[in-house]
Amino acid sequence: MEASDKKLIVAISPHIKDEETTARIMWTVSLALLPAFLMSAYYFGPRALMVTAVSVISCVVFEAMTQMILKRKVTVSDGSAFLTGLLLGLNLPSSLPLYQPVIGSMVAIVITKHLFGGLGYNIFNPALIGRTLMIVTWPKAMTTWHKPVASITSLDAVTTATPLGILKEEGMSKLVEVFGDKSDLYVSLFIGDRAGSLGETSVIALLLGAAFLFYRGYITWHIPFSFIATVVALTWIFGGKDALFTGDPILHFLSGGLVLGAFFMATDYVTCPTVRKAQIIFGIGCGALTALIRLKGGYPEGVMFAILIMNCFAPLLDRRFKTRTFGAKEQKQ
Amino acid sequence: MKAATFERGTHPEESKELTAGKPVLLAKPPQRAIIPLIQHIGAPCKAAVNVGDEVKKGQIIGEAQGFVSTPVHASISGKIIAAGNFPHVSGRDMPALVIENDGRDEWVSGLKENNDYLSLTAEEIRNIVKNAGIVGMGGATFPTHVKLSPPEEKPINAVILNGAECEPYLTSDHSLMLERPEDVIEGLRIIMKSMGVSKGYIGIEENKPDAIQKISQAVSGTQDIEVFALETKYPQGAEKMLIKAILNREVPSGGLPMDVGVVVQNVGTAVAIYDAVRYGRPLIERVVTVTGRGIREPRNLLVRIGTPILQLIEECGGFSNGIGRVVAGGPMMGIAQTSLDTPVIKGTSGILVLREDEVEDVDYGSCIRCGRCVDACPMGLQPSILSVLAERGHYKDMRGYNLMDCFECGTCAYLCPARRPIVQWIKLAKFILAKK
Repeated sequence: MEASDKKLIVAISPHIKDEETTARIMWTVSLALLPAFLMSAYYFGPRALMVTAVSVISCVVFEAMTQMILKRKVTVSDGSAFLTGLLLGLNLPSSLPLYQPVIGSMVAIVITKHLFGGLGYNIFNPALIGRTLMIVTWPKAMTTWHKPVASITSLDAVTTATPLGILKEEGMSKLVEVFGDKSDLYVSLFIGDRAGSLGETSVIALLLGAAFLFYRGYITWHIPFSFIATVVALTWIFGGKDALFTGDPILHFLSGGLVLGAFFMATDYVTCPTVRKAQIIFGIGCGALTALIRLKGGYPEGVMFAILIMNCFAPLLDRRFKTRTFGAKEQKQ
Repeated sequence: MKAATFERGTHPEESKELTAGKPVLLAKPPQRAIIPLIQHIGAPCKAAVNVGDEVKKGQIIGEAQGFVSTPVHASISGKIIAAGNFPHVSGRDMPALVIENDGRDEWVSGLKENNDYLSLTAEEIRNIVKNAGIVGMGGATFPTHVKLSPPEEKPINAVILNGAECEPYLTSDHSLMLERPEDVIEGLRIIMKSMGVSKGYIGIEENKPDAIQKISQAVSGTQDIEVFALETKYPQGAEKMLIKAILNREVPSGGLPMDVGVVVQNVGTAVAIYDAVRYGRPLIERVVTVTGRGIREPRNLLVRIGTPILQLIEECGGFSNGIGRVVAGGPMMGIAQTSLDTPVIKGTSGILVLREDEVEDVDYGSCIRCGRCVDACPMGLQPSILSVLAERGHYKDMRGYNLMDCFECGTCAYLCPARRPIVQWIKLAKFILAKK
């Protein structure tokens, strides 16, 4: 039996693996953000590219440095730091000084991610914590919005308020006036021709990326649907000036960071629940908090705080809504 | 009609095309058969012959010890040339007898053919099954006569024959259903007779339409047996999943199929029962799928128990491109072999050879809580949490997450994008907790 002394590779079953890997997931989600990124470049010009590039590069560099200092394996190739940088960049205005995203990236990667244990162990979405710190530290720069320039080479910048800001300060009639009429308003919001964070303005680009993630099975309807449905319902019911059911849910769906947040931020695997039922509650919570902040809070926008607050509840929700074990007692059989 | 199935599960790449539809060829009887005295779950056998004895094909050479035990037989005629510890599919050396083939291939005398087998009593059927050394041939190797003897307080009202064969690559059950459909059905009728059950079911995955057709033909015009097309999904062939799919009954946590009035047998077991009851033949051979991209000519072979793996690989043209991993059983639950001298036993449904480049050897990462394992676990467990607890050595806390309900199908580890060895950790935790 001459072959019997050949080296066999021995391991415990299963002996085959699905092709999906952590890296593939991270890079694919990054790819799904490509349309939104391109639209940001189109509407906000070279500044958009620079802000995003600085965020991405700093996140990757901070990840590698932290892992080296902590003597952990350097895993920047898995794409998770790249994705955090991309999300952070797309959540920033186009005009801020470029050292600021570096600090935001540092907070996101070093503090929020690695000091909590690294990939998989962080409680809060790193990009959102990075952005929160930036809003607290540089409130002016972080809320100075520019009108889209609609030219990739233009460096002109005219400041303006975001649609939600106008709605909050001056009301619906002013907002309609600014955009022409109501249908112009909706179209502008849908294609992204408005002020706002780089990646949040173009709803159509975001939906395109989200559809790709659905198709690949990386996200399910549970969080985005319950999130958006709750915002739509609550802003319709309570969003009107005088009476119930006179709010404009379409406006609320299309404006601010709702679409970006619901499909790309709230669905972050690490910081959302894993059990599907818990995910629905998580989405409803995100939606309710978003509506509450938008309608009653001091900020025109609430998606970021809503997701961060619900991040705290993710482990609790998973514990409360455990999956039902097959054959467990409460079954009728 | 929508195919029956259970909740959750996954769809590994099937790779069954390598051997599906290929006829079952007779493998050469081995020059030396290594017959382990342990080929079933339960008490090991005691050798019934000594070194130097002449034995005939079908002769008992290892006697059952106790109720949950079943004898082993000589699979070739010849002389016992050794007794001692030999490689075993479990990975450890186990007591075995080695028979040197005399080339005469003579059956032991006294095997009785019985054409009136359906008039046998339940007791007689159980005895024949026990003496024939029949065990669950899907891989679990639980002694069949024990399954056919449920306690009185657990009345059985349904028998399910498992033709799902949900493991990728394997086609041994598929080929049996194609080549011996009537015998599969007669085997089922014998089991039903022995259990006093009037209703039998056979479940086959939809990826074997030819088998569904053949078996349906074999039962056409009768009312006692119903054929179920099952969704092609892993682990559809697990007992609990099969019962859920076909009868919508849920075996309670920690329970057995008999708790919901069901007995499940594999199609290979049914054919072995038929051969024993009808022809008096003990279980000395079985269909083995020799397959994988590491094999030149993958085949379905009818193999004598005790044939060394290497001989089967050589009969299939040898290794095609460097040896990676040799697995006894399917890729999801089979056991990687340390030696090619290991013999085929009653539970060996396949020999799978993976090429070196197909065997992934990468580090695992941390859990990104993607929930793929949670969505797919057929038992409704949360493997992601179990894996984190195991990684930190918190084995006791794993009980709170129903560790013991895991039947180790490996779906979680197959799907994990971070390549975490989830089911391997679960096995380890069970082992450590059992020792304490």
